Amino acid sequence: MPKLYSGAEIVFKCLEDQKVEHIFGYPGGAVLPIYDELKNHPSIKHILVRHEQGAGHAAEGYARSTGKPGVVLVTSGPGATNVVTALTDAYMDSVPLVCISGQVPTHLIGTDAFQECDTTGITRPCTKHNWLVKDINDLPRIMHEAFEVATTGRPGPVLVDIPKDIQFAKTKYSKPVREKKSNVKVLNRFNQKDIDQLIELMNKAKKPVFYTGGGVINSGPKASELLRELVKVTGFPITSTLQGLGGYPGDDNQFLGMLGMHGTYEANNAMHDCDLLINIGARFDDRITGKIDEFSPQSKKVHIDIDPSSINKIVKVDLSIVGDVADVIRSIIKTLKKKNLNLEKSNKQKISQWWQQIQKWRKKQSLSFINSDKIIKPQHAVQRLYELTKNQDTYITTEVGQHQMWAAQHYKFNKPNRWMTSGGLGTMGYGLPAAVGVQVAHPKKLVIDIAGEASILMNMQEISTAVQYNLPVKVFILNNQYMGMVRQWQELLHEKNYSESYSKALPDFVKLAEAYGCVGIRANDPNELDEKIEEMINTDRPVIFDCRVDQDENCYPMIPSGKPHNQMLLGPNDQEDNKITGKGKALV
Amino acid sequence: MTKSKSAYSTPSKLGKIDTHIIVVWVDNEASVLSRVVGLFSGRGYNIESLAVAEIDHKKNLSRITIVTTGTPQVIEQIVLQLKKLVPVHNVANFKREDKNVIFKEMALLKIVANPVKIKKVLNTCKKYNPVILDQTNKSAVIQITALRREIDSMIKNLKPLGLVSASRTGAVAMTRGAEILN
Repeated sequence: MPKLYSGAEIVFKCLEDQKVEHIFGYPGGAVLPIYDELKNHPSIKHILVRHEQGAGHAAEGYARSTGKPGVVLVTSGPGATNVVTALTDAYMDSVPLVCISGQVPTHLIGTDAFQECDTTGITRPCTKHNWLVKDINDLPRIMHEAFEVATTGRPGPVLVDIPKDIQFAKTKYSKPVREKKSNVKVLNRFNQKDIDQLIELMNKAKKPVFYTGGGVINSGPKASELLRELVKVTGFPITSTLQGLGGYPGDDNQFLGMLGMHGTYEANNAMHDCDLLINIGARFDDRITGKIDEFSPQSKKVHIDIDPSSINKIVKVDLSIVGDVADVIRSIIKTLKKKNLNLEKSNKQKISQWWQQIQKWRKKQSLSFINSDKIIKPQHAVQRLYELTKNQDTYITTEVGQHQMWAAQHYKFNKPNRWMTSGGLGTMGYGLPAAVGVQVAHPKKLVIDIAGEASILMNMQEISTAVQYNLPVKVFILNNQYMGMVRQWQELLHEKNYSESYSKALPDFVKLAEAYGCVGIRANDPNELDEKIEEMINTDRPVIFDCRVDQDENCYPMIPSGKPHNQMLLGPNDQEDNKITGKGKALV
Repeated sequence: MTKSKSAYSTPSKLGKIDTHIIVVWVDNEASVLSRVVGLFSGRGYNIESLAVAEIDHKKNLSRITIVTTGTPQVIEQIVLQLKKLVPVHNVANFKREDKNVIFKEMALLKIVANPVKIKKVLNTCKKYNPVILDQTNKSAVIQITALRREIDSMIKNLKPLGLVSASRTGAVAMTRGAEILN
């Protein structure tokens, strides 16, 4: 007779077999049996957050920075509904999460019991899959399947809802079985013919560009290495989406910077004028494409993605290659070598004009801004932060808004998994809990949340988590007292009617830091900035850094809504030029 | 130049909209139908009709037949998105005009009228395999099987002859010949 285990024990046995080391959670009535079992499993460390949304984002930060699934444990009702934002965020940005939620006992389901909600119903549209465990005998299988669904194919969040009586009930435990042909939808579906076709296109191209995205990161560090090799042997320019940053070194000469709404002038113009666009693990998001009808009008388009439903969803492509990014790039490089095609040399002539054009665009220096010695410019603050931290392996998270775009533009990432930001859902309040998750995974590394003063207040409570576990996260607030991105849109499109985008009462962040038991630093003057940043880096405790920046600064360049890539709005430097020459209007 | 005040792009021209029949084989488990239907409502796809029932008790399989409309791009998305759902085994997609596929809907029609009129009713729907399921001297319940638009016109034509209530199923589909789906 095999040993019988309770549902709560089975949860932990599954977590152990899945090699889970950390879970992020918050206890409550309907998960108490699982919390009771925690003490018997010393290999699993529980991080107590202050709000379930924080648990979700922390698990996201953990997952993005390690490539392993993040695990969340919450109670029924409000516990589950609080985690919905984080699940949706993970769904949009393809982050593997396994969320375990407690539920009222099975006999009370449907009776509006205390802290009951239809958790699987609520989370159905924001998870890859979810399960309500109604029979204890299903629990081991479902738990293992949950990890498999979350981590295979295009990763994403899953949820397992476990009623309290199931947590007490007993059954046999079974180890995960690696099914050969499981329900999970993965599989590389490309063949050599696709690769040959791509290489033919690459061979012919005069104006090629790689457009890479989060798929490169999700495919693992090997994919980034292979991407570097591919870019090197082809000599093609490369641009990246927000989520793809770090997949290719940000300071490399072949890198054009980020593309899209706040991407660089050279990246967006290259996208518009190219004759071959090779999308690797990106999804033609609307922040990237601008006006679809005029998106990259003359190019042949190739799309490499693991998710078949990403292909032709927004932009019709000429060649689609469905597969894992690393496998596809490996296959491309192998074929290039076999055919003895050194595109860098053979194509040099052909694409040299293209590079000349790109250099012309680069001369615009679209990320430049007018610096000041009186007031800290937010871009300057990010640049100084980068210069002072680039000598160590730094992990950056962000909230959402202007500061996020400035971080993406001015902080250069050289490795994958070092950049955690909420791109798809755009969740303000993501950065601090994500930083907590990153720091849990990498206790010795420097972890900085580049934040805005509005975003940070959305999940401020998680600084308390950081203090409890001695997680020395640094919260670097670019404080302009406005919801900056909202203010910017209102300035540009709503006749400067700054409706409700100014925070009249803000906390004193330095005192707030002290109240939470961490360190507060404030910088008002550009001349003291470096010294204060150094102080922050050298503090081995959580720090809230209140960086008072210019209130009126806007984030440029930008593609105004409904405009194609080649009609960018450039910064004040350029606008000044254009006033004189009168040519600028075309850009606006 | 007019300035758009939206942070989103304006819609581009729509393609031609076609009617398609999507057949989905799924595990017959709790909430599988809401996953399928939720996908349609969540992504703004249409459902014109829906038929679902278990077809293989041993394998625990259900077959869902959905009639939908959309541009070719939308139809392609529907198929690909459905295939991503974990309990979905297979998805087939047919144009309504597809000659190799039979589509049928069933309707139950309640007629309240004298026997003469009821006879007339039976005569009118002769082409659609009428079966009398219940008859009294002043009423009848008649079952017909036909295409959607045929049932539509039947209902219109039978109103003057005493049709008081109609209950209809969604379309189900089957390929012609020896070929099988799945």
